[in-house]
Amino acid sequence: MSALPENLKYSQSHEWVRLEEDGTVTVGITDHAQALLGDLVFIELPEVGHAVAIEEECAVVESVKAASDVYSPVAGEIIAINSALEDEPELVNTSPYGDGWLFKIKLAEGDDNGIAALLNAAAYSETLS
Amino acid sequence: MGKRTPLYAKHLQAQAKIVDFGGWDMPLHYGSQLQEHHQVRRDAGVFDVSHMTVIDLVGERVKEFLSYLLANDIGRLTQRGKALYSCMLKADGGIIDDLIVYYQKETQYRMVVNASTREKDLAWIIQQAKPFGVHVCFEEGDVAMLAVQGPKAREKVLPLLPADLQQEAANLKPFFACWNQDIFVGRTGYTGEDGFEIILPVAQVEAFWDAILAAGIAPAGLGARDTLRLEAGMSLYGSDMDESLSPLESGLTWTVAFKPESRDFIGRAALEAQAKTNHAVLVGLVLKEKGVLRGHQAVYADTGEGMITSGTFSPTLGVAIAMARLPAATAAEEVSVGIRDKRLPAKIVKLPFVRHGKACIDLDAV
Repeated sequence: MSALPENLKYSQSHEWVRLEEDGTVTVGITDHAQALLGDLVFIELPEVGHAVAIEEECAVVESVKAASDVYSPVAGEIIAINSALEDEPELVNTSPYGDGWLFKIKLAEGDDNGIAALLNAAAYSETLS
Repeated sequence: MGKRTPLYAKHLQAQAKIVDFGGWDMPLHYGSQLQEHHQVRRDAGVFDVSHMTVIDLVGERVKEFLSYLLANDIGRLTQRGKALYSCMLKADGGIIDDLIVYYQKETQYRMVVNASTREKDLAWIIQQAKPFGVHVCFEEGDVAMLAVQGPKAREKVLPLLPADLQQEAANLKPFFACWNQDIFVGRTGYTGEDGFEIILPVAQVEAFWDAILAAGIAPAGLGARDTLRLEAGMSLYGSDMDESLSPLESGLTWTVAFKPESRDFIGRAALEAQAKTNHAVLVGLVLKEKGVLRGHQAVYADTGEGMITSGTFSPTLGVAIAMARLPAATAAEEVSVGIRDKRLPAKIVKLPFVRHGKACIDLDAV
């Protein structure tokens, strides 16, 4: 398994979060999560415009063998989804931190949008051991 | 720690992801379940199925015994090596197990039953065999079993067989077996592809496994085995059938030989009575929208609410497929399936979904 990108934040439920320059965040699932799930064959993404709360179930990733919920690591509004995953769900397997991103969120205003509580790479790595 | 087959170390060597399967530590996949699935459909793959139970039945009255024990008619086996698929039933028609039996000679048959049902099967068979004086010999860790499956499986395996078996194995018709003192080769399988199932002594299996891999046959795990068998419309004991269900309710009516009427078998009376009723049925489903069908999802038909017994995403067809049990047969072409908070339409289709690498259903009509 590849090393965890240092520039990302992580949730205990195996989502990653990248803070973009424009203040929005991009969300995906970690390499560890995709490896556990195995070959992904279907991904159900949230609707653009949907408001999400912290730890709200907002997507489903399905491998040949199992379905798994994806939780929003932060609070805000879904502003984009990765529609390439509709035809190529395997992008999450091959590029979990790149082309396999799931959705983008515009963070809710204020200090309680969840971003501060996320783990850095070292802390997430510890939860895996 | 679960029970391990003689190839456990070889699986680790091949980077297997090991899972518990009915008390056995078995390979789920060796990296990618999807790749292994396609490998078997397009070329050749090898499965370690040493967890399955091999039972040899020997005695003067063994044919008479099997004629009574099995729902399918052992009398259909008249040629050396011929195989028969059958259910073994309780008196009430419930399925104790499904199995394959091979005719070796008038006084000897070989049977292969499931791993998860080993103890109850043996207890049942030994009990039923007593009045017939049939000797029940079961291997206790002495033999291993490999399934080599795929369009190129036979041509790749034949050169690896002992010289005295090669010609006979090359000439085997589907659903026949041949053997020498050590090795038993059946042209059977659980994938819908051509291939062999090979039973051999534990002492030989590691070297044979290495030779198979060197011949360009890739290891495939239980994950691919499950998607392959489901595409092939083959039932899995414990999922699609169990002791509370009869073959008529499990899509296995074709395996029950009601003729000749003179043949008595365990469960016959119960099945004859049930056949006159509006009993549950097993059907094939193809999901008409994106998503994945899974076991235990609710199925809504015009004859009532049923349940998916096995479901998956079909790697060959690129759609979700399933077997589902409905409370009674329906004339409708469609049902709906409860997937999370939605009800999605699914088309009822005839099994199998895939055979010999080709789709058996018209996806354009789904």
